[in-house]
Amino acid sequence: MERDKHFILGIFDDEDILLNAVKEVRATGIRIHEVFSPYPVHGLDEELGYKRSSLPIAAFLFGVLGTTLALTMQFYMMKFDWPMIIGGKDHAAFPDFIPVTFELTVLLAAFGMVGVFMISSNLKPWGQPRIYDLRSTDDKHVMAIDIATNASVDLEKIKDALKTSGATEVNSKSFD
Amino acid sequence: MQVTSPVRDPLVTGGKTYKDVTNDIARHVEGKPTVGWLLGLAVSLGALLIGSLALVATLWEGIGMWGLNKTVGWAWDITNFVWWVGIGHAGTLISAVLLLFRQKWRTSINRAAEAMTIFAVICAALFPLIHMGRPWVGAIWALPLPNTYGSLWVNFNSPLLWDVFAISTYFSVSLVFWYIGLIPDFATIRDRATGLRKTIYGALSFGWDGAAKTWMHYESVSLILAGLATPLVLSVHTIVSFDFATSVIPGWHTTIFPPYFVAGAIFSGFAMVLTLMIVTRKVFKLEDYITIGHIELMNIVIIITGSIVGIAYITEFFMAWYSGVAAEQYAFVNRMFGPYWWAYWSMMTCNVISPQLFWFKKIRTSIAATFILSLVVNIGMWFERFVIIVTSLHRDFLPSSWVMFYPTITDVGVYLFTFGFFFTAFLLFAKFFPVINMAEVKAVLKSSSEKKIN
Repeated sequence: MERDKHFILGIFDDEDILLNAVKEVRATGIRIHEVFSPYPVHGLDEELGYKRSSLPIAAFLFGVLGTTLALTMQFYMMKFDWPMIIGGKDHAAFPDFIPVTFELTVLLAAFGMVGVFMISSNLKPWGQPRIYDLRSTDDKHVMAIDIATNASVDLEKIKDALKTSGATEVNSKSFD
Repeated sequence: MQVTSPVRDPLVTGGKTYKDVTNDIARHVEGKPTVGWLLGLAVSLGALLIGSLALVATLWEGIGMWGLNKTVGWAWDITNFVWWVGIGHAGTLISAVLLLFRQKWRTSINRAAEAMTIFAVICAALFPLIHMGRPWVGAIWALPLPNTYGSLWVNFNSPLLWDVFAISTYFSVSLVFWYIGLIPDFATIRDRATGLRKTIYGALSFGWDGAAKTWMHYESVSLILAGLATPLVLSVHTIVSFDFATSVIPGWHTTIFPPYFVAGAIFSGFAMVLTLMIVTRKVFKLEDYITIGHIELMNIVIIITGSIVGIAYITEFFMAWYSGVAAEQYAFVNRMFGPYWWAYWSMMTCNVISPQLFWFKKIRTSIAATFILSLVVNIGMWFERFVIIVTSLHRDFLPSSWVMFYPTITDVGVYLFTFGFFFTAFLLFAKFFPVINMAEVKAVLKSSSEKKIN
């Protein structure tokens, strides 16, 4: 059977039951494809065994880039390219460069991080998401299990595991 | 896991389920516009159109159309600029600072407050832009672009230039913060819609699917953006205050300006949030989400920041006397008893005395009283900027150049234009975008709802 095509979906009503279910389903050796929720569920990423997001690192690196660019730009323009004495101050009036440096640091950190987030999470205006269950943006949590990646596990066993762990519905969904 | 004490008041009343949250908020986006909304839009568009005549007059004839003169070179325009920027502080403060402090009550007001911030900052930016006289060549004066017009680069020693960077960074980061928050809610509307609406909200939702991995990154982005936006909010009004504080005008060059302006900005911003939210919750029937509890908490922020502003006024006076500088002392006596005494005492009454009424629980939990006082605070904060700017300038170092400032009809018209724009934009937002952050409200629903779900 092909991967990423045929899924078994467990529908959950409550976030705490869902968290417990993720733990139980994973304990039986079933691999969860992904869980879709209408709102962020705290602790779900840990239960699913995801690595912590590295976006803060991206933000930091873009911030450092912003600081460097801002300082380089101001020193180059004010001290080297066209030095002018303004208010009797030194050409390189370092304290005066702080506000712009701060603003550009924040600007680049924010835009850089959001850009990386958009690209890594595949968010784009023409993006067509794969909808497993329409209710997953409304009031239900949807746990999707790829049948192909769990080929060694019996289909009924997956359904049973979902039901016993608290799923209110168990459906199957195929994409072509 | 977060634990909420059972003694805390519920944030969402009426025993709402997740489904109810979606229905209550998406309903306004999907339904036909109400008569009240259309009426509001008509009035706002009217103000926008009438005001745009003044804007065109300014651009066509030049800023000689304003009431400025040789002594008072800054008046109505920069008063409006500082006033609007101040209003634009509440949104990001609510969503960023309150997020860092884990204040869950922010969830039902942050969306609208951020929208208000963005529109207010656009209104603010209009004033320095048109005061340049020829804004179409303004990019060369305001941004470090290579050019052949004389002094090659912009002056990085000038607080006015810092303002360009501060306001544009604040605007764009707030816009991104707001939009990132909107994406999951657009997806909710997309998944309920058909036809054209599905296409539009599908494009707006950027292909959001609510996967746990995406939520994980999303939460991380929100937290870091909040961390970045918090010092940003404080920096913006600090830099705005530098426009005055780094000058040598008596009444302006005081070191208390940055914290004093920031407190004033939060004060006026919260007042404007209250004005808008009290109307919005009534019109859209959102009383279960924006409860009296929310209004009371915002009123408490108003007491705190209003008292800080009051102390700042008194400290300024004390320092003027204590410094022993005759010009400084005169500037403050002139504020109180000079020809602009009425502006000064309006400011004192509106900003220092009226918010103290919120110490009474009856008043801070009364919607009518809060609404009236929120308007009073905004009037007071406009007078504050007017007093600081005009009374400090109109009697300068040479008594022969002492004058009065009188606004012209064009001054008033441009101000009206910003009101028209602000309310038009807010009404369009309230109709076509979800006014409450559905995903965030759902996330706190289980711990903070009146009745336990399931």
